[in-house]
Amino acid sequence: MIRLVPRTETSAFWQIATPVMAVAATMLAGGLLFAIMGYDPVSAIRTIFWDPLFGPAAGYSRQQLLVKAAPLILIASGLAVGFRAGIWNIGAEGQYIIGAITGAAVALAAYPAPEMWIFPAMVVAGALGGWAWGMIPALLRNWFGASEILVSLMLVYVAQRIAAWMAFGPMKNPEGFGMPGSRNLQQYPAASNPELIAGTGAHWGVVAAAAAVLATWFLMSRHIRGFHIRAAGTAPRAARFAGVKPETLVAFCLGLSGALAGMAGLFEVAGPAGQITDKVGVGYGFTAIIVAFLGRLHPVGILLAGLLLALTYIGGELAQLTMNLPAATVQVFQGMLLFFLLGFDLLTRYRLTRRVTA
Amino acid sequence: MIDPVALFLLLLSASTPILFAALGELVVERAGVLNLGVEGMMIVGALSGFATAYYSGDAFLGFAVAALAGALVALPFAILTQFLMSNQVASGLALTLFGLGLAALFGKPVEGVRAPIMSVGPLGLNWIVWLGLAMVPAVWWFLNRSRAGLILRGVGENHDAAHALGYDVRRVRLAAIAFGGAMAGIGGAFISVATVLQWTEGMTAGAGWIALAIVVFSNWTAVGVLAGAWLFGGVTVLQLRLQAAGVRVPVQLLSMAPYLATIIVLVAISARQKFSRRAGGAAPGSLGQDFHALR
Repeated sequence: MIRLVPRTETSAFWQIATPVMAVAATMLAGGLLFAIMGYDPVSAIRTIFWDPLFGPAAGYSRQQLLVKAAPLILIASGLAVGFRAGIWNIGAEGQYIIGAITGAAVALAAYPAPEMWIFPAMVVAGALGGWAWGMIPALLRNWFGASEILVSLMLVYVAQRIAAWMAFGPMKNPEGFGMPGSRNLQQYPAASNPELIAGTGAHWGVVAAAAAVLATWFLMSRHIRGFHIRAAGTAPRAARFAGVKPETLVAFCLGLSGALAGMAGLFEVAGPAGQITDKVGVGYGFTAIIVAFLGRLHPVGILLAGLLLALTYIGGELAQLTMNLPAATVQVFQGMLLFFLLGFDLLTRYRLTRRVTA
Repeated sequence: MIDPVALFLLLLSASTPILFAALGELVVERAGVLNLGVEGMMIVGALSGFATAYYSGDAFLGFAVAALAGALVALPFAILTQFLMSNQVASGLALTLFGLGLAALFGKPVEGVRAPIMSVGPLGLNWIVWLGLAMVPAVWWFLNRSRAGLILRGVGENHDAAHALGYDVRRVRLAAIAFGGAMAGIGGAFISVATVLQWTEGMTAGAGWIALAIVVFSNWTAVGVLAGAWLFGGVTVLQLRLQAAGVRVPVQLLSMAPYLATIIVLVAISARQKFSRRAGGAAPGSLGQDFHALR
């Protein structure tokens, strides 16, 4: 009989080992799933995890890695700060969509002005839009005690419908021959978010993601607010006695993660996506939750986890093309990954010992 | 003019998926477990129920399979939270993401086909609608009048005390989670088999999350769940009526109504619970907490 003994401190070794184990277990379980579905498991796993980096078409897919990882890392950095404090923003997808809309609104209003300030103003507007959308659940929780989990999530569906309305109504391209969707910002130099270094896929979102990793690292390990956040997450009562106001943390965490998600949305709509459509939200906001957990809510971990999940996106697309695997495979993979991660997490908090029967 | 009786019958149908899912989640939460995977279990129920109904031609068999599938897909969540002490919020989210992915993956073959026609019960309402209405007193009776319900509530209110009294906290919770999964599965299948008559990816469209909000709104009572489901059904029907009547508001904005209504209701009820004497309303005492018996 195996017995669980709680650890007094989380194990540093297992903190790092469990995400690796979770990825390995996901590959195994994924292989099994492919075998059941009638695909060759080995080549499917290779197509998803290996070929995007080292396969025949790796030149293209390596660029895509940064494009896909940037929004994930940017959003997850913000989410992780809140998760540390026990504040569950699971509506990042909505904040991402609203950020894309408010950011694009600046560009569409300024069109076709060529000024330099337009793109920076869009970034600010995107961050503000996401911040405002994140502040709704924050204020409703602070004022009325409404669950930020449910409110932030409901607001995702509201945001999706606002995006659809914008694409078919107010933001519809007047020169678009009646097609839904806004003007394409890639064709508007002052507003576009181009590849900065040719061949790398790096756009301003990648720069922002790197900055977010550094900034959240500084916040969480060097700044008093980060200390408060960690205290509130591990010992809420003690934190309260030490003068940490829960309301301030709720507003800060939801505002921060909202702003980062909004920026991610803006970078996407001004860059890779190009325009506001009814499908602006592609699920980055939800996948970022997995990134945050897989990265152990630590900035460096998030960086690595973001790259890994970006890899599954690209690998999934590749497998769709070459092996005709359904697009949803990646979603299943991501869900399984989170399951395994949470399961193995046991090892960081408990020791397994053989029960000694007397 | 709109006939109020016809409107009420529409409301009953529109509220059924949420009613099932929320009644299931009510029992789960009364046992002290917060399962945020309702949306995932619903969509799995929607697909498995639809596929079964389509291939077998028997819609009722579809609902049975949907219940089974909903309970089965909740199994990883149950193992994670009850045996591996995983965070319930994160595990529930994982269940939702996993369920959505799984359903999208296996739903490809039945895209674009239509469900068999179901025989209807009294008042031209689907039998499943009646089953849902019957579940309200059944769940009420179970929670408030049965011995098993008393134990379940005890486990949810204070799992350490229940454990000390010799009750098997895990077994009670595993059973509750399975029941919640089955109910969510039926609720999901109602959308695909009885309402839309088709399978489309992501067709539950947040119904599972609304069900979660309705459990809070209900103050953890079966009658409250019914009221919440009807309120939601009313908003949905009204919204569809306004769309059909050609109101000069964009369709996309009208279709926000159920989600906005959920937020408003959630805020109102949370405020009442916050400013009333007992903080958190009637929320079970051990809701969302890990249970680890040292002895």
